[in-house]
Amino acid sequence: MAHSENLTPEQAHKATVKRIWTVTAILAGITIIEFALAFLMNPGMARNMIFVIMTFIKAFYIVAEFMHLRHEVKALIWSIVLPCAFVVWLVIALLTEGSFIFMK
Amino acid sequence: MSTVTVSKKRSIWDGGVSPLNVSYGKMMMWFFLLSDAFTFSGLLITYGMLRYTHPAYEGDHDKFTFSTEYWPIPEKVYAAIPFIEGHFPLVFVGIMTFILILSSVTMVLAVEAGHRMDQKDVEKWMLWTILGGIAFLSCQAWEWSHFIHGEAPGTLMPDGTMFMGANLIQNQYGPPAFADLFFFITGFHGFHVFSGVILNILIFYQVATGVMHRRGHYEMVEKVGLYWHFVDLVWVFVFTFFYLV
Repeated sequence: MAHSENLTPEQAHKATVKRIWTVTAILAGITIIEFALAFLMNPGMARNMIFVIMTFIKAFYIVAEFMHLRHEVKALIWSIVLPCAFVVWLVIALLTEGSFIFMK
Repeated sequence: MSTVTVSKKRSIWDGGVSPLNVSYGKMMMWFFLLSDAFTFSGLLITYGMLRYTHPAYEGDHDKFTFSTEYWPIPEKVYAAIPFIEGHFPLVFVGIMTFILILSSVTMVLAVEAGHRMDQKDVEKWMLWTILGGIAFLSCQAWEWSHFIHGEAPGTLMPDGTMFMGANLIQNQYGPPAFADLFFFITGFHGFHVFSGVILNILIFYQVATGVMHRRGHYEMVEKVGLYWHFVDLVWVFVFTFFYLV
């Protein structure tokens, strides 16, 4: 949200609401593109990578703007974001395990 | 006589200030959400792992039929919408996604109104948020009901019988694990939405009776707001990894 000191409360309010609707448009736009790609592109690695990247863009906007994390102090941002590295490790570990115990 | 030496450079971690610059309640909500994110990661990664332990469908996309032999293509499973016959792949899930995103937007607007101490606006936007949550839950109830009852004629099971719909032991869409994961992941998320709606109703009641206004700030709205956005965030991931990929 806007924190500019030169704005009157009324202007700050307008700027904040405008920002909220901009983020809404971005989230809605990405969802529509994802929905379209589900039918326009053939299933495969390339399509899945696009989906994953778009998901992370959406996640960024929700966490940074809606949950306001972007405007918190650095110490809080990192104490929330860094532990998520464990998730990356778990993804790599378990997906590899999964293909090892492939059932037929 | 005091012999304490005062260091000239004090770190913000030495006490007396709040290094994270948020209230205790908000900080704890953040760390609760982080732990909850790990829980959902565990569930979604389990989905990925179990999917990798099963064969994928290899044939022509248009000629896909359900079988317990391979993992189903999600868009072939979720292709129905209420009251209308026919195949509309992912349309209903798309509508659910939009409902949840919009209810997240009305929640930010409620938080923003709280900063302005505008009780009427907070009430209005919280009410929209609650309605969005209830709408999402209703959609999910219909989706579960459709998934459980299934579509005729069903699928041939390994024991030679035909089976229609889904339960925790067998389902017409694919291997047993497919329906189990559907129930666990969307169910756990739906339970979060349900809890969120209850919390939102409680806070709405406090806002409407003027509790927050007398307190002088609307921070409780921000805290339930964080929780509500997290529920939306999880759905973004469920939508991609359960329905799209």
